[in-house]
Amino acid sequence: MSSTSSRSRIVTALLVGPAGLFFFFLLILPLIVVIIYSFGARAEAGGYAPAFTFANYANLPARGRAFFNTLTLAPFGTLLTALFAYPLAYFLAVKANEKQRTLLLVLVIVPFWTSQLLRYYAWIMILGAKGIPNWLSFIGLADVRILNTPGAVLIGAVYGFLPLMILPIYVSLEKLDKRLLEASADLGADASRTFRQVTLPLSLPGVATGSMLVFILLMGEYILPSFLGGGKVFFIGNALVDLFLQSRNWPFGAAVSTAMVAIMFVTIALYMRFVLSRGDVRRAALV
Amino acid sequence: MRVYAAFIYVFLYAPIALIVVFSFNAGHYAMDWQGFSVEWYGKAFANPILTKALVTSLIVASSTAVIATVVGTLCALGLERMKGWLRQLFDALIYIAIMVPGVVIGISTLIAFVTVFDAVNPALEAIGIARLQMGLWTVIAAHVLFNLAVVVLIIRARLAGMDRSLVEASEDLYATPFATFRQVVLPALMPSLLAGLLLSFTFSFEDFIITFFVAGPNTTLPIYMYSSIRRGVTPEINAIGSTVLVSSLTLLMLAQFLLRARTKAR
Repeated sequence: MSSTSSRSRIVTALLVGPAGLFFFFLLILPLIVVIIYSFGARAEAGGYAPAFTFANYANLPARGRAFFNTLTLAPFGTLLTALFAYPLAYFLAVKANEKQRTLLLVLVIVPFWTSQLLRYYAWIMILGAKGIPNWLSFIGLADVRILNTPGAVLIGAVYGFLPLMILPIYVSLEKLDKRLLEASADLGADASRTFRQVTLPLSLPGVATGSMLVFILLMGEYILPSFLGGGKVFFIGNALVDLFLQSRNWPFGAAVSTAMVAIMFVTIALYMRFVLSRGDVRRAALV
Repeated sequence: MRVYAAFIYVFLYAPIALIVVFSFNAGHYAMDWQGFSVEWYGKAFANPILTKALVTSLIVASSTAVIATVVGTLCALGLERMKGWLRQLFDALIYIAIMVPGVVIGISTLIAFVTVFDAVNPALEAIGIARLQMGLWTVIAAHVLFNLAVVVLIIRARLAGMDRSLVEASEDLYATPFATFRQVVLPALMPSLLAGLLLSFTFSFEDFIITFFVAGPNTTLPIYMYSSIRRGVTPEINAIGSTVLVSSLTLLMLAQFLLRARTKAR
């Protein structure tokens, strides 16, 4: 008996072993090295020299602009995405008929899986001088600039992350017990009151899940600000690429990325504390 | 409500359609329609840098897809047999691999590779073996990392929905564990395996940011496209873009179809 159980253990180890090696050498170890580097000094020729200093963290305000842009535009972009996503999720979950629903859902997801590079490229075309500003000039609005402004980055954020927001909201609305709505109507509430007091509160976990996903992914964006912010509106991701590939100040870059990941983990921790701790919504959220 | 839904779908698909429409533009500027032409497709595919980048991307994406699917499937099967803290550790790693932004994955794998190279290369030179350096293999390794996590999630969802009684029946009929795997589990996993293969191929093929850090001197298609987009908007990019879009949409639809066939089977 003990020989079969030890054999079964070896089989298990062989099955998860390769994946474990990938995770260890390409995820855990590198992340630890980044943290070590963040306390180091910049070598003469760029790169890393061993040291133990908090100078890189003290120097973070030097990239304050990138942090400011990211920490204002990412939450605002998340809010806008939620506002645009909710009505569609509601339509899909409550109003759309069974037959069309699956197709409509797939159509929501598909753009999210196509090349991000190309989707934001399309918006360079639309928002650039030959696009919307050109059409606006026909109705007398000359010299409107959209590309390379915070507005362009926000439009891109909504466009890029709408699918990711719609899905969790849809799930929370779809599994909502429809008898509650009938009960509310029977008790004399009109449609808008039912929505405010029953539907909306019960779908908030979906909104919270979608918002967390979108916020975290937006914070780490590189292509979006690079294309639609055009060097004027840049995020932490852009500062990181610059620090690692151009100015080659690796220890400072490591401190910036550690700070960014720390902000993300705090967000996730808050989300788990306030949303996932409610057992009834845990299942709804983990889709 | 319907009008709003229609508006959102137009908003989602119009930019994609625009790329395809202007790839057939005869003019030199993407948003300045000068008549219908397919010349940009010809020009794009006659550009040797571009075709080389395409081949590089195809090699990276197919290697990544195969390795990620095999390693990810094995891992999902192994996790089924595990309990306790080690399993929770793997769960945490899978979510970390998916949630940590591409920029950070790129940076940390870059640093890790460079650190290893610096440590190993003097020794390798001493015994006369070629130095380790950034190449396609570093790109593939970094791509496998995040796709592996996606594959584990897909396969695990399928395993969770599987009818255990079939496995028990097979065991009762004295099938060896391997025979049970080959004749019962594997066929049931097939659609999810193919979906994982297609998804990791697409994700790897389209990845820009991780590749940007670890590619060394190599140019993949997204890297080529990124640098030409930064130089300006041209119908040539639209032509390449449309080709990529149409092929990846086909693969994604196929993956969706396979994943849905799975749900129906349940």
